[in-house]
Parts: sequence; C-alpha cells; structure tokens
Amino acid sequence: MKYKSQKVAYWFFALSMALFALQLVYGFIMGFAHAGFDGLHSIIPFNTAKAVHLNLLVVWLLSGFMGAAYYIIPEESQTELTSVKLAYVQLISLALVGVAAIIGFHFNIWEGRKFLEIPRGLDYLVVANVLLFLGIILTTLYKGKRRTTTSLVLVMGLFFAALLYLPGMLPFDSQVTDSFFRWWVVHLWVEGVWELIMGGILSFLLIKLTGVDREVIEKWLYIIVGLTFLSGVLGTGHHYYYIGVNKIWLVVGGIFSALEPLAFLAMALFAVNMYRKGEKKHPNKIALYWTLGAAIVSFVGAGLLGFAHALPQTNLYTHGTLVTAMHAHLAFWGAYAMIVMAIISYALPNMTGRKFNDTNIGRMAFWFSNIGMIGMTVAFGVAGVAQVYLERVMKMPFMEVQKEVEVHFIVLILCATLFVSGIVMYMIEFFRHGRPTDEALVKN
Amino acid sequence: MLSKKQARTFFLGGTLVTFLAFIALTIYSFSGSQDQTNHENITEAVIRGKHLWETNNCMGCHTLLGEGGYYAPELTKVIDRQGEGYIKAVLMSPVPWAPNGRKMVAYGFSKEEAQDMVDFFKWIGEIDLNGFGEVVGVDRTRSSLSE
Repeated sequence: MKYKSQKVAYWFFALSMALFALQLVYGFIMGFAHAGFDGLHSIIPFNTAKAVHLNLLVVWLLSGFMGAAYYIIPEESQTELTSVKLAYVQLISLALVGVAAIIGFHFNIWEGRKFLEIPRGLDYLVVANVLLFLGIILTTLYKGKRRTTTSLVLVMGLFFAALLYLPGMLPFDSQVTDSFFRWWVVHLWVEGVWELIMGGILSFLLIKLTGVDREVIEKWLYIIVGLTFLSGVLGTGHHYYYIGVNKIWLVVGGIFSALEPLAFLAMALFAVNMYRKGEKKHPNKIALYWTLGAAIVSFVGAGLLGFAHALPQTNLYTHGTLVTAMHAHLAFWGAYAMIVMAIISYALPNMTGRKFNDTNIGRMAFWFSNIGMIGMTVAFGVAGVAQVYLERVMKMPFMEVQKEVEVHFIVLILCATLFVSGIVMYMIEFFRHGRPTDEALVKN
Repeated sequence: MLSKKQARTFFLGGTLVTFLAFIALTIYSFSGSQDQTNHENITEAVIRGKHLWETNNCMGCHTLLGEGGYYAPELTKVIDRQGEGYIKAVLMSPVPWAPNGRKMVAYGFSKEEAQDMVDFFKWIGEIDLNGFGEVVGVDRTRSSLSE
C-alpha cells in the first residue's frame, strides 16, 4: 500500500463480504423451496428470497467495485483520495440503503422489476450515493500526477454504470416498453460497462502480478473493451426477441450475441498470455489464482453458456426457464464475483501488512468454491434442459415438470454446500488478515 | 500489430458506432408501422393491473413475456390456459394457493383488483411475441392446476 487513504477500500470489501454471506443464505432458501421444502414461506416467501438474493448480489458487487476503485485510483494517480471522510460517509450510506431495501422486501415494499426491485424513494438515495462516490474518484483522478489507461477505463465503467441506472427509473404504462428499458440497465451493465470495470481491475492486477510492461497490457485492454462494446451493445437484442418488439431484434441480437463470446475469449487469452510472458515472481499466488480464474471462468460462464441460449432459434424454447439460471450463476461468478475476490486477495496483504499469500486454506477456498459453482451450474443446466423438453416441447404442465426436476435441486444444494464451504474459507482468510494499518505503508 | 493509439481508436470508434446503431434501432422498432407492442389497447384497468403486478413482485416467482422467476408458471397466455374465473379465485384466495404443494402468497385481492389483473393478462396475451406465444400458450388442457 502506497497511500494511507487506500485503507478505506478495506471497509468496502468488508461490507461486500457481509452482504455476500447473506446472499448465500437466501440462495439456500430458494434452493430448498425448489426442492420442495418451503417451511419459511409464511415469513420469507420465494419472491422475497429472490429479490433479496438478486439485490444483495448487485450491492455486494458494487461495494467491491467501489472498494477496488478506492484502492486502485490513488495508486494509479499517485495521490491520496481527495476526501477519506466523505468516502466513509458514502460507505455508511451505501450500507444503509442496501439494508433498508432488504428489510423493505420482507414487507412487500418494492418495485417488482427483476434486478431493479429497490423502491423508487431509495433509488434517489442510490443516485446521490453514487454521485458522491464518483465525485471523490473523479476529483482524485483530476488532481493526480498521472492518468493511466487502467484508471480511465475503470472510471469510465463506473461513470457509465451510474448513468445507465437512470433508464430504469423511467415510468412506463406498457409492460413491453418497461421491460425494453429495464434491459438498458441490466444488460448494458453486466454485458457492457461492468466489463469495463472488470477490465480495469484485471489490467491493474496483471500489471502488478505479472510484471509485464504496462503499455502492452493497456493496449490489450483497449482491444478487449472495444470488442465488448462492439458485440455487447447490439447484443442487448437477445433480450428483445420475444417480449413484444419488432423482429429486427431477432437478426441484430442473433448476430451480435454470437460475437459476444469473442470479447470474453480475448480476455481469457490476454490474461493467460500475460501470465506466461511475466516473471512469475510475485509472492501473492492466491491473487493470481483468482485473477486468472476470473478471466477463464467468465469466458465459460458468460461467453460460452451465454451463447448456448442466445441464438433466437434456441432462445425461443429456453427463454424464461432454468437454463437462464444456469448461465447467470456461472457468468456472475466468473466475471464479477471472482474479479472482486481477486482484487481483495491482492489488496488485503498490502493494506494489513500480513502476507498470507499462498496458504492451503486460501487455495482450498478457490478450488472448493469453483468446483461447487461448476456443480451448481450443471445441476441448473440439467434441470433447465429437462424443463425445456418436458414443458416447452412435450407440453407438460408447469408443476408436473417441476416435480420431475426437483431431484436436481437436491444436487444443487449439495454443490452449493461445497461452494459455500469455499467461501467460508475465503472469509476466514479475510478476517485472519486483520485490520488495515498505516504500518503497512512502510512495508511496501 | 496495432499500436496503443490505434487500439484506443478501435475502442472509442466501435463504441460510438454501435451505440448510435442501437439508438437508431430502438427508434425504428417503436416507430409507427413497426411498433408491435400493443400499446394502443392499454386501458386504465391494464395500467392498474401492471401496478399490482409490480407492487406485489409477482415477477419474483412467475415469468411474464418469459421474464421473472422460474418458481411458478409462465403467465403470458394464462387467460387462454386457465380462464378468468380460475385466475380471480387464485388472486382473491384468503389462504395460500398451493397447487401440487407449492405455495403462492395469499394476496386476498378485491374483485376489482382481480379484474384489473385479468385485464392486464388479457392485454399481455394479445401481444405479437414473434412466436413465443405459441410455445408457452397452447395445449395445456391436461394441467392438474385446473382440476
């Protein structure tokens, strides 16, 4: 750690971990309900569990991205953050908004739009919170000694993520138009600007961990984020095939969705090649595991599995089935959860001065969580494909099909248990590092 | 091989071009004769139904137009499949509806609210969905839910 103000990142990472843990609890509630055990229905019905599970995901990832920015931007700009106090105000308000939204979901207070369930009143607070965050980051960048491509791409991603929250707040009388613009937020976040954030963090980590020349890494960063937008923006069309808008989206969405895996493939090849070119001397092997893991698993989860049901001919049958859950779990895990865990693994030893760089428990956390998540993806996939054939092709009634696929949710729960044991180990390592300290400054 | 400057131009240029194309296609797909969103048939009751749909987070369990949760049936063609009477009974039930043991929240809607929901589902059911309506909407007469 080179700047004292970078310590604020620790608390964003801690908030991330707390919300992540809670997200997993609600995931289990949903998994058990699907398997036929819905004993909590009267206090936490499925729609509440789902809203909490999705929104906790969004908030913990955002908190992780913000922590990443508070750690990376001072180091890249070679200056302290403009205001540490305001950063803590932003942290506390983010936590309060998140917790208020989650409590509200248990009392039927929500907007009922998938991923954007946060009620309107809290939406304005989210906007204020993000503006404060951007204010701190942009003023730091402005007064900094240098502006690197890595920091510009990261900040551009965060800025556009904030801007794209706004279309989700537009009121529409039509369900079709509502859905159309909801995807401007959700799709253009996860298959657009969030990839800039991921690319920025990945670039920073590869520069630090591999020792490869910054100019080489940042050139590739431009190409990758270029491919991302080239395919991802018009790839939004794959959400428009069957929601009541023009057939032109079948053609546009089909072509550009087919190109989307290329951006993820480029990212995976880029990360692996930089590692092979590098000196392999950096002691933080755990951070390297998560960094390369994020690039590779995101290609499989977001790239390949996304492509598997993004063609119009396939999506006609898979749209709105468990096949989507299969893709979504591995994609969010690989692209975003793992990159947040990578930057945490890299930053923690630097902020606390405790070098748990290559521990058994750290390695087991990586493998258990990844093998568990791959198992969960397979369970969702088998259930999803069975659902498509029985319900959409054989025309069996919904609940009869659900009974048929119940057993796959038992497998899902078993794999999720493995996954969670990995995450618990990761969190043990997180706490074992202790708190950030100024003493760590001299050690770096 | 590309220089860093050329790579940046590729990123900025590509982004600008695809974003402009995206805006143009959005305008095109909502314009006059190309619009197939069925907006001309939206009534006050349909709007009230949409409001009920959102404020109760029905999408948390059900899918509509293929979007939402995968815990409860797809509702795009629910009027064709189950009929108005069944839907109203479910929505007005004071106890959790539990077909095949899977429980739904007991919303206890009034008659008027249940009618608004039905009008909303009818409007949804009439949208041209490029073929998806046929995939989710036919041959469900064997459903044990209607027994």
